[in-house]
Amino acid sequence: MISQISRHAPSGLELERRAFRRGRERRSVLVAIASSLVFAAIIWATVINTPGWAGVQQAFFDPAIAVQSLPKIWDGFLINLQVLGFSLVTVSVVALVIAVLRTVRGPVFFPLRVLAAAYTDLFRGLPFIIVLYLIGFGVPTIMNTRIPVVVLGVVAITLTYSSYVAEVLRAGIEAVHPSQRLAARALGLGYVQTLRRVVLPQAVRKVTPPLMNDFISMQKDVGLISILGAIDAIAAARSSASLSYNFTPYVVAGILFILLAIPTIRLTDWYTARLREREQQGSIL
Amino acid sequence: MSGPAPESSAVLRAEGIWKSFGEHEVLRGVSVSLAPHEVVALIGASGSGKSTLLRCLGLLEPIDDGQIWLGDLDISDPRVDGNRVRARLGAVFQSYNLFPHLSVLDNVTLASRVVHRMPRAQAEARARELLARVGLADFASSHPDRLSGGQQQRAAIVRAIATDPEVLLLDEITSALDPELVGEVLELVRALAAEGTTILMATHEMAFARDVADRVVFLDDGVIVEEGASASVFGAPQHPRTQAFLARFSG
Repeated sequence: MISQISRHAPSGLELERRAFRRGRERRSVLVAIASSLVFAAIIWATVINTPGWAGVQQAFFDPAIAVQSLPKIWDGFLINLQVLGFSLVTVSVVALVIAVLRTVRGPVFFPLRVLAAAYTDLFRGLPFIIVLYLIGFGVPTIMNTRIPVVVLGVVAITLTYSSYVAEVLRAGIEAVHPSQRLAARALGLGYVQTLRRVVLPQAVRKVTPPLMNDFISMQKDVGLISILGAIDAIAAARSSASLSYNFTPYVVAGILFILLAIPTIRLTDWYTARLREREQQGSIL
Repeated sequence: MSGPAPESSAVLRAEGIWKSFGEHEVLRGVSVSLAPHEVVALIGASGSGKSTLLRCLGLLEPIDDGQIWLGDLDISDPRVDGNRVRARLGAVFQSYNLFPHLSVLDNVTLASRVVHRMPRAQAEARARELLARVGLADFASSHPDRLSGGQQQRAAIVRAIATDPEVLLLDEITSALDPELVGEVLELVRALAAEGTTILMATHEMAFARDVADRVVFLDDGVIVEEGASASVFGAPQHPRTQAFLARFSG
């Protein structure tokens, strides 16, 4: 085909238009940079000149105490990561099962649907801290044994977060247009095959941003296992804060959690943008 | 950088349009123009660039080169406000693209109310009148997914004409419909053409193009290989590609 070889040389008018667009882009980039700098300078000046800033700096941002407390907080943070890793797997599985149970049709499944609905109602309504107390202190008491805090934490997080994630997944499943099920069933795919191959992949894409919200919120809530007596990042921060009468260790732990969240956020932004690019052609106005 | 002023009284005119998607050049220097009240049919094989041309003309796809005028306005100039240009045009798509979350009436009145700032009562009165004309009076409050394909496409046409566009761009609007439904949609287009609406339509309905269009443009691999009065293009095609394309059509 000739068209593959010949590259059209743009006309003078088109070159002019491109130059105009580039100029406009350049100008908006410059405006953005300038306004960011001005904004940053204003914030900086305001913070520095606020009365009591020196006290705040000393109590919250003491570099020496930060360095000193970091190793212990880091060790504790690894426990948080452990709980997070396990919970990620269990929440995914449990939430998926509940979401699917919520969407199965047919009168036979009525009790299952009701149970699944009741579960999501209950655990979305119940404050996480109550779940944590009941599981963390209640279960070992009834069973009269010592259960590792990591296990208790994973169970509590799974119970609560599965209910949120299940509802998000259900919303995604229901947002897939019925014609997609129709097309899959027409190819001879069964109910489960249709769900797994056609409906769920599209559903997950639709709800990736809210799923990420839940994931990030879970990353933070693993810090609550410190109230069960685990020496996690927050508990470690608390002990060094009380030793030094300084709040810097909390800030250090906080920064670790923020650093944990940022890659996840950026990664999903990048991934969803890539999927969009692959599946859609043409400009979006 | 205003290009040469259009010498004709064309409503919509495009000159030397180039468009590529990645490495694939879809349009290679296409020029078309539409006189007031003219109906022009774009024919050609799938992938010949008909849809892309319509999208470029409707400012739904940026062009790589060339110039487009709507009346006296160079709408390919980046300084032109695209939204205001698109508000003057009407477009109907192959798969209707009605908004599923709005009733038929709201679909039809959306642009009138939101873009043209028409009071709701006035917009709805006008919409009901148009819907009644195309036999959809009883479906005004239904949602699009409850309608048949032909009904949805008629509603989509009403949505496009509700704002009295200067040009109606129709992109293979009957391709998703069965022959019976094709008939009801084409009747509507025929009526609009008879009323003097300026229409540019990409179509695979050769008999319809021959009967309704004043002029036919045959697009092949991104280039116009033949164009002329529909009677002459269909009656005695000159170019071998046109002859081959129309050979299977004997109406």
